[in-house]
Amino acid sequence: MKHEIIIAGFGGQGVLSMGKILAYSGLMEGKEVTWMPSYGPEQRGGTANVTVILSDDPISSPILNEYDIAVILNQPSLDKFESKVKPGGILIYDGYGIHSEIKRKDIQVYRVDAMDAAAEMQNAKAFNMLILGGLLKVAPMVKMENVLLGLKKSLPARHHNLIPMNEAAIQKGMEIIQKV
Amino acid sequence: MAEEVKLMKGNEAIAHAAIRYGVDGYFGYPITPQSEVLETFMAEKPWETTGMVVLQAESEVAAINMIYGGAGTGKRVMTSSSSPGVSLMQEGISYMAGAELPCLVVNVMRGGPGLGTIQPSQADYFQTVKGGGHGDYRLITLAPASVQEMADFVGLGFELAFKYRNPAVILADGIIGQMMEKVVLPPFHPRRTDAEVDAECPWAARGKKAGRKRNVITSLELDPAAMEVNNNRFQDKYKDIEVHEVRYEEYHCEDAEYMLVAFGSSARICQKVVEIARAEGIMLGLLRPITLWPFPSEILSQYAYQVKGMLVVELNAGQMIEDVQLAVEGRVPVKHFGRLGGIVFTPDEVLDALKRLIINPTK
Repeated sequence: MKHEIIIAGFGGQGVLSMGKILAYSGLMEGKEVTWMPSYGPEQRGGTANVTVILSDDPISSPILNEYDIAVILNQPSLDKFESKVKPGGILIYDGYGIHSEIKRKDIQVYRVDAMDAAAEMQNAKAFNMLILGGLLKVAPMVKMENVLLGLKKSLPARHHNLIPMNEAAIQKGMEIIQKV
Repeated sequence: MAEEVKLMKGNEAIAHAAIRYGVDGYFGYPITPQSEVLETFMAEKPWETTGMVVLQAESEVAAINMIYGGAGTGKRVMTSSSSPGVSLMQEGISYMAGAELPCLVVNVMRGGPGLGTIQPSQADYFQTVKGGGHGDYRLITLAPASVQEMADFVGLGFELAFKYRNPAVILADGIIGQMMEKVVLPPFHPRRTDAEVDAECPWAARGKKAGRKRNVITSLELDPAAMEVNNNRFQDKYKDIEVHEVRYEEYHCEDAEYMLVAFGSSARICQKVVEIARAEGIMLGLLRPITLWPFPSEILSQYAYQVKGMLVVELNAGQMIEDVQLAVEGRVPVKHFGRLGGIVFTPDEVLDALKRLIINPTK
């Protein structure tokens, strides 16, 4: 089994760290893992994306033509990656960040209103974990216990007190994701 | 007990592997996309554990000359940089080749020329394997294609550098440096003791002992006859390396009708191209040079009798293709496909190029 995933949004939305937590979760699950960030003069407000590949077999290219799953958190990322989802693949977006309609009819589209949920939780930092929860609900590629281990591995020890909050956000994301 | 599997960037793996290999000193100056090497050393503080020296020099020119000094005492010393920084080091690298000093230089390439871009590139192939500095010298050049190889080639680079008293280079790029993958780090090896260094490096300038002549570390020899003797010694050594140290990887080559030739991150992308092509029924193989110098000319020459054409796939305007052409001596068509300036090709682009340039070439 192989999942080729692109996560794309604004810098500062936690795109890279969400990818990192997913990658560590895959590591804990015993999978082959590649995490390839867009890097550059990136900053809060600029665009950022990361390719995460989880696979049972060795991974070849970290650079992909198309993706099984696209997690889209802003409009420029939708414009860039909508056409790159494999037919039958999954596109997940945050309702707050996307203004145009999804045109593709040959893919499964899901919406997570993570920005609103994060505001409700009064915790803007929960945003990317709400998205991750939604992703894991529609594509359960790693067990929850390994996600928690992945969180522990990817967060520095001084932030381990935040793991329960992150877990709650993941659970919440699983609840609020809806098929479009 | 099985070694712990870690997840880290290629740049981080370089630093962790260096500490574990027992490297004595790292001297460098930050530059994207390899700044995590120095950052990882600073976070790990190896001076508190192994006694390794880590120093941010005032420039790349200073760093390479610190390496010259450290290597002259028989210590295992290294630096890392990216393309513009490595250009600044070329004088020092030529001097080290001329003084026959072992060291490790890591180049995490970015797009040039000039300051260029910080995105990945493989445009420093010529600079590295054809001599970016002056004089008839060669650098042992290892091209990692994974984070695991970033870690493994630190030890291999030092082994070869000391075996042949010659600088070794890890030629990576922004993709391999920045991506995270699983890696098993090498076991801890203590730094060499003074006695071990004395035994291994009788040539080193470590204080003159009674009963032997003084050791002089220099590339200068004003007597041309003596300088020719030196050069002949270098050339003999290079021939020896070409005979014994060629490394490459074959991927679905045994029944290949067509062949991709690619190194480093390009080779990873080409693995995927082979998968896609084979699913379409195209018998495609990939030959990945691991040592760029010494170059795997012999095996490529043999494949020239088997395949109908070769596509050399590089993130540059066509550099390694010259060595491939020299190896196959015109027996098969050899074409190049590349992207420039920090743009990375996708597997589809490579496959299209293969069909257009090699399988169905239009006249």
